Amino acid sequence: MVGIVAYGAYVPRLRLSRQAVYDANKWFAAGLRGLAKGERSMANWDEDSITMAVEASRDCLSSHDPEDVRSLYFASTTHPFKDRQNAGVIGTALSIEQNLLASDVGGSQKAGTSALIAGLNASKNGGGPALVAAADKRMTRVASSSELNYGDGAAALLCGTENVIAKLVGHHSVSMDFVDHFRGDETDFDYGWEERWIRDEGYSKIVPPAIKAALAACKVKGSDITHFIMPSLMPAVPRQMAKACGVADGAVRDLLGANLGDTGAAHALVMLVDALETAKEGDKIMVVAFGQGVDILVFEVTAENAKLPKRNGLSGWMARRKEEKNYLKFLAFNEMLPIEKGMRAEFDKKTALSVLWRKRDMIYGLVGGKCKVCGTVQFPRSQVCVNPNCHAVDSQEPYRMAGLEANVMSFTADSLTYSPDPPAYYGMITFPEGGRFMADFTDCDKEQVKVGAKMRMTFRIRDNDTMRGGFKRYFWKAAPV
Amino acid sequence: MARGIKDKVAILGMGCSKFGERWDSGAEELMLEAYKECIADSGIDAKQINAAWFSTAIDEVHVGKSGIPLSTTLRLPNIPVTHVENMCASGTEAFRGACYAVASGAADFALALGVEKLKDTGYGGLPGGRGGPLQALWSANGTAPGNFAQLATAYMTAHGVGGEDLKKAIGHVSWKSHQNGAKNPKAHLQKAVEMDTILNAPMIASPLGLFDCCGVSDGAAAAIVTTPEIAKSLGKHNIVSVKALQLSVSNGSESGHNSWDGSYFHTTRIASKKAYEEAGIKNPRAEVSMFEVHDCFSVTELVTMEDLHISETGKGWKDVLDGFYDADGTIPCQIDGGLKCFGHPIGASGLRMLYEMYLQFQGRAGARQLKDPKIGMTHNLGGAPRENVSSVAIVGRFE
Repeated sequence: MVGIVAYGAYVPRLRLSRQAVYDANKWFAAGLRGLAKGERSMANWDEDSITMAVEASRDCLSSHDPEDVRSLYFASTTHPFKDRQNAGVIGTALSIEQNLLASDVGGSQKAGTSALIAGLNASKNGGGPALVAAADKRMTRVASSSELNYGDGAAALLCGTENVIAKLVGHHSVSMDFVDHFRGDETDFDYGWEERWIRDEGYSKIVPPAIKAALAACKVKGSDITHFIMPSLMPAVPRQMAKACGVADGAVRDLLGANLGDTGAAHALVMLVDALETAKEGDKIMVVAFGQGVDILVFEVTAENAKLPKRNGLSGWMARRKEEKNYLKFLAFNEMLPIEKGMRAEFDKKTALSVLWRKRDMIYGLVGGKCKVCGTVQFPRSQVCVNPNCHAVDSQEPYRMAGLEANVMSFTADSLTYSPDPPAYYGMITFPEGGRFMADFTDCDKEQVKVGAKMRMTFRIRDNDTMRGGFKRYFWKAAPV
Repeated sequence: MARGIKDKVAILGMGCSKFGERWDSGAEELMLEAYKECIADSGIDAKQINAAWFSTAIDEVHVGKSGIPLSTTLRLPNIPVTHVENMCASGTEAFRGACYAVASGAADFALALGVEKLKDTGYGGLPGGRGGPLQALWSANGTAPGNFAQLATAYMTAHGVGGEDLKKAIGHVSWKSHQNGAKNPKAHLQKAVEMDTILNAPMIASPLGLFDCCGVSDGAAAAIVTTPEIAKSLGKHNIVSVKALQLSVSNGSESGHNSWDGSYFHTTRIASKKAYEEAGIKNPRAEVSMFEVHDCFSVTELVTMEDLHISETGKGWKDVLDGFYDADGTIPCQIDGGLKCFGHPIGASGLRMLYEMYLQFQGRAGARQLKDPKIGMTHNLGGAPRENVSSVAIVGRFE
């Protein structure tokens, strides 16, 4: 039996008030008024699809050993790198490299489900556990409906054959070049066709036949479906599709539009995580993702789902929330505002790729060292033990620190250094197991940062080397627990 | 402990440029300004100098590397010139090189000259972005104020000092230096400032406000050293000799081992202890007449006075508030205005501190002149509290 064995999600902490967006833009686009309610998730300046996928993967793997993962699929339409395997960055951040097949999946809103199908098939065919991560952080034009409808987020699913929580009943896909929207390689923004045409000629003619074929292949009836998952920017469409296929209206899952927004290629999987969090044994889940065709997967929830250890999941990350009413900050975080950064922003961010390669476990995996002689944990790992009473040479074994909680020993809020979100909070963090370093803080407010505060390590963008076309430097930062 | 160099080296002459935002001068002009005063004061001819040590810390924004900039600017007679860099301790490091050359007998006359021309970068504060290709990938993207602000948070935590008490104490540190700097015609900032202004200044890196941070200045300072015997033979009186020179450098334990609580300078405790031993000082609080310490930030000075074993650990803030270190206090500290007001051209700072000591011993300190000082101590701290170079020099009358 192949299926999903664990799930995880990630949602950035900031939630942009749609009213604030509308208030800023209504002089130009009064027609957006109907969308000016609720909030959308908004990535911090140091988050992108890779960092969000890493967080969702960590959430997913909190119950499993990352080293067992044999394949890793990363679905997104906003991979930070066009040529440099994005999934490989995630793998290194999770400290899994050996015996790993990593692959990026993109190019369509159904990339998440296509990656999931690939992961399930890999696992089914003896390929071992497959991790499927999906994340999107899409750029949107000022005063567009996308700006209000989209959200940033990620989901991760572990596929496997042991202790399956949702058994794959079957899947079915059709692929055709129906261009409801596109994003060419000369722009950051989507260009879409008329919604009525998309609904009448796209959804209505492509989706119901595909669902019916999937139901037939899976030998289930529409009325058997307890959770119908189908992302769409047109909220009425999923209901119409369900109805056309005999799926009960009550089974149609909420699109999470009110407080999250549509997370692009990740959204079908984000909604699937949302469903799995409360699904009961025997529930049948249908996932439908539309985008130049349609992917359909049908799962049946098993008794194992109730036994899956607790994790943040979508609900946990949704509960960690800070409202953002500053629309200009949203624009600045997305490099949509030519803000005066000052000369301190001009320092060269060139990365020595040879150094990055030598130290990749340290930088991407937050792997420190543990001295075999005195037991001292330290970061970074060095040839001579840092313990003043030891100083043993070549005595350290790799020690993973990303999952450890740290305490703030000292900190500051620096208004002099350049930060996209000043003041820059940073400070000395200490790990109770041993080890410390001067870390940047993120996702924090003044009142949360104090001496002794507990911090969690999170994988983030440290710098963006815009002089060389946008090489993102990733490293770990400390965020309040 | 080694035998040390107590009284083996005398200062023959010194010079110091006007510090400040020297828009009129490059590093070369500043070097010459300090050197002209120094060589005239020494009474020797440039041809008699046997070797020179040249200090700058951020040479990439002004003179560039090697000893060539000094040799070329002064047209030195093709003698050895060594370029030294040890962050904010660079000036003292140049002096140490020159003194060791004389103490060893390798040179009769040695020159130490430090310079820093910082005000050609186009922005305030120190140039950033150094540290090598690995550090750039992981260490927090901080600034000097941000690093030293953490000394304040850790100090408050370690000793249970309240935010307001500390703010007042570090405010007093800066207030005192402004009082002193107002009497120094070579100082960058020559204006006394009210306590209210200090306490209400904008935050740079909490809890450090604008007046808790020293200025970024251009300047140069120089010393020519020889042996006390040669100095005497040249007819010099009021000879000032070197009693001790010590340096302590972090080895990563503060930044990487959980035994350090962030509230003190591990290296300064070591360097000062060794220096007292070299100088034969048993009770520094009773024996030292004056200090010039590294007040890059007000809190640095406060904590340093504990780590130099003058104030009791955790009680330095009380000594400060009691006026112990004021110009009319028990042991004046930063009588020339300190880094805070005299200024902080990094490579020159250690030599500038010695310059003030030298003037004080010779009775040439003008409105700042202290009564009959016997022992003076200078201190520099390069780097950050968690990883630094600490240098200590003790000078005094040659009896």
